[in-house]
Amino acid sequence: MKAKVQFLEVSGKGGYIGLLGGLAALLVIGLLSAYYMEHHGHHVTGMTNQIVWGMPHVFAIFLIVAASGALNVASIASVFGKQVYKPLAPLSALLSMALLMGGLAVLVLDLGRPDRLIVAMTYYNFKSIFAWNIFLYTGFLGIVLVYLWFMLEKRMNRYSHYAGFTAFIWRLILTTGTGSIFGFLVAREAYNAAILAPLFIVMSFSLGLAVFLLVLMAAYRWTERPLGDLVMRRLKNLLGVFIGAVLYFVAVYHVTNLYATRLHGAEAFILLNGGIYTFLFWFVQILIGSVLPLILLFHPTLGRSRSIIGTACVLVILGGLAQLYVIIIGGQAWPLNLFPGYEISSSFYDGVVASYRPTLPEFLLGIGGAALAMLIVALGVRFLRLLPASLADERVDPHAAKAAAAEPEAAAAQA
Amino acid sequence: MSNESKPDLSRRQFLGGAAAVAGLAVAPGVFLVESASAATGASSKVRWGLLIDTNLCDSGCDACVTACNKEHGLNGHGRPATDAQYIRKVDLKDRKTGATRSLPVMCQHCEHPPCVDVCPTGASMKRPDGIVLVDKHICIGCRYCMMACPYKARSFVHEDLTDQLPHTPRGKGTVESCNLCVHRIDRGDGTTACVEACNRDGGSAMVFGDLNDPNSEISRRLAEFGSAAIRADFKLNPGVRYRGI
Repeated sequence: MKAKVQFLEVSGKGGYIGLLGGLAALLVIGLLSAYYMEHHGHHVTGMTNQIVWGMPHVFAIFLIVAASGALNVASIASVFGKQVYKPLAPLSALLSMALLMGGLAVLVLDLGRPDRLIVAMTYYNFKSIFAWNIFLYTGFLGIVLVYLWFMLEKRMNRYSHYAGFTAFIWRLILTTGTGSIFGFLVAREAYNAAILAPLFIVMSFSLGLAVFLLVLMAAYRWTERPLGDLVMRRLKNLLGVFIGAVLYFVAVYHVTNLYATRLHGAEAFILLNGGIYTFLFWFVQILIGSVLPLILLFHPTLGRSRSIIGTACVLVILGGLAQLYVIIIGGQAWPLNLFPGYEISSSFYDGVVASYRPTLPEFLLGIGGAALAMLIVALGVRFLRLLPASLADERVDPHAAKAAAAEPEAAAAQA
Repeated sequence: MSNESKPDLSRRQFLGGAAAVAGLAVAPGVFLVESASAATGASSKVRWGLLIDTNLCDSGCDACVTACNKEHGLNGHGRPATDAQYIRKVDLKDRKTGATRSLPVMCQHCEHPPCVDVCPTGASMKRPDGIVLVDKHICIGCRYCMMACPYKARSFVHEDLTDQLPHTPRGKGTVESCNLCVHRIDRGDGTTACVEACNRDGGSAMVFGDLNDPNSEISRRLAEFGSAAIRADFKLNPGVRYRGI
């Protein structure tokens, strides 16, 4: 017997208006920051000719990577046929589109000439991975939109599996493209590694799921709808697996680099003596962004608490931001090696570690992008029937609910 | 007969008109392509390049840098981290022997330029004569080329500019770099501002010329003395070559 899931839009009363107002205010502040940066030029930011991509790119790539990962919940339902995840699929699809739009907005508003967006849409160099990404991103939005429509429209339900499968393949290619932005840069010692593409894919799994879990918990708490332990337990265990996978890829990346003597300088910079980058790597990314959430999520008692799961998600997001900061900014801060074997100096910062101090407008622009994503989600669940009225255990999967009550570990293993 | 030819004529007129409309429609594109090659006279028969003899380059001399800044109107804002530098003097010290070298580094005008590969719009381009430059009209300021360049040769215009020179179009929010004084080459001067200054005020360490012409001075010197490329391991075959490194 299959429980019928009822989807309902959320109420527009009370705190909802406040939420919209808050997000809109953050968005406006982000737009004003972008205007300030564009009006005065990038010299008012921390970015220089040495650190050409800064804080906005950390936020933008975070949002884009999380976007593809947020779709995973829907993919698990439609591609891998896990019924328990099916009620979550519409929210998963909406969230992934929203995050991508937020990330792209930040990316575009940080361009030197955002007014030339039309040029980017009409002139293509097909050897450029950036040009591919323009198609991958717009294509993703289109495919997920169709997927969402197939899920919501009863007559199209039977095709939603195919749309979900296409979206899943597309998102893997998309994140490969995002990772390859760095993987293809042959001259930078921190980049130029094929493993960056799969690393970005597993990062998307963990970051996307962390964002999804927070949105899910917030939506169900604020609308006072029931959210059962069954769904939560599966999702939080899955998040733990993804965090472990990211750690594995990070370890392989660094061990591979450490094997190559020519990369020892760049590796020591990140792992040992890079100041803020070393701190962000070990303390924020590894310790409080990976190890601590793993302990919290898999702790036999703490792991059952909603607030602990929420805390773990926030830590994973902080760790992900730190990781992207180390990759993007740290990778540029380590100087290009124009003359191996020589000490180098010049008026153009050759041979020295580049300094970068992010400025407030850069943060505000990034936060504005995140606010745009959340605003789209808030509006989406208000006007479309995307959220199940109940995710209580007996509604989601009565059989599994009974089994879970009998043996919690068995249900965890299924997730 | 004349009656019969009339419809032909009108059809011909129609076709002619249609062709004119079609021509007008594609003209901007055609003219853009034209301006990139024919109008500038760039020919793939030549490949412009530089040879820099570091034995003749003095550490304290920056005649080439000063000349470049003047030629292209790079006044700067007194902010070295964000001001544009097309050419810079780099001082080297061998970690083992302590031997020192000084040399100018600018865009190396690669045969296989990574900046051109990664540019999403095609604003970063290589002319048939080997000059790598940025089309300021379609650069969107994404800075991916700056991430990709192994030589750190590019600058981003970080703030408003005034008094730009007509032959060096520059604009806030776009990327720029050494263009091998393309305006001089297209004018037929046969040299660049940096080479001219090096010969006049410096150690005559720089030679400009056609790498494809075996009789050019640069080719004869390359054939006789050999040369090195910076980071030759990348196999980008730069058009700027060095002696003594």
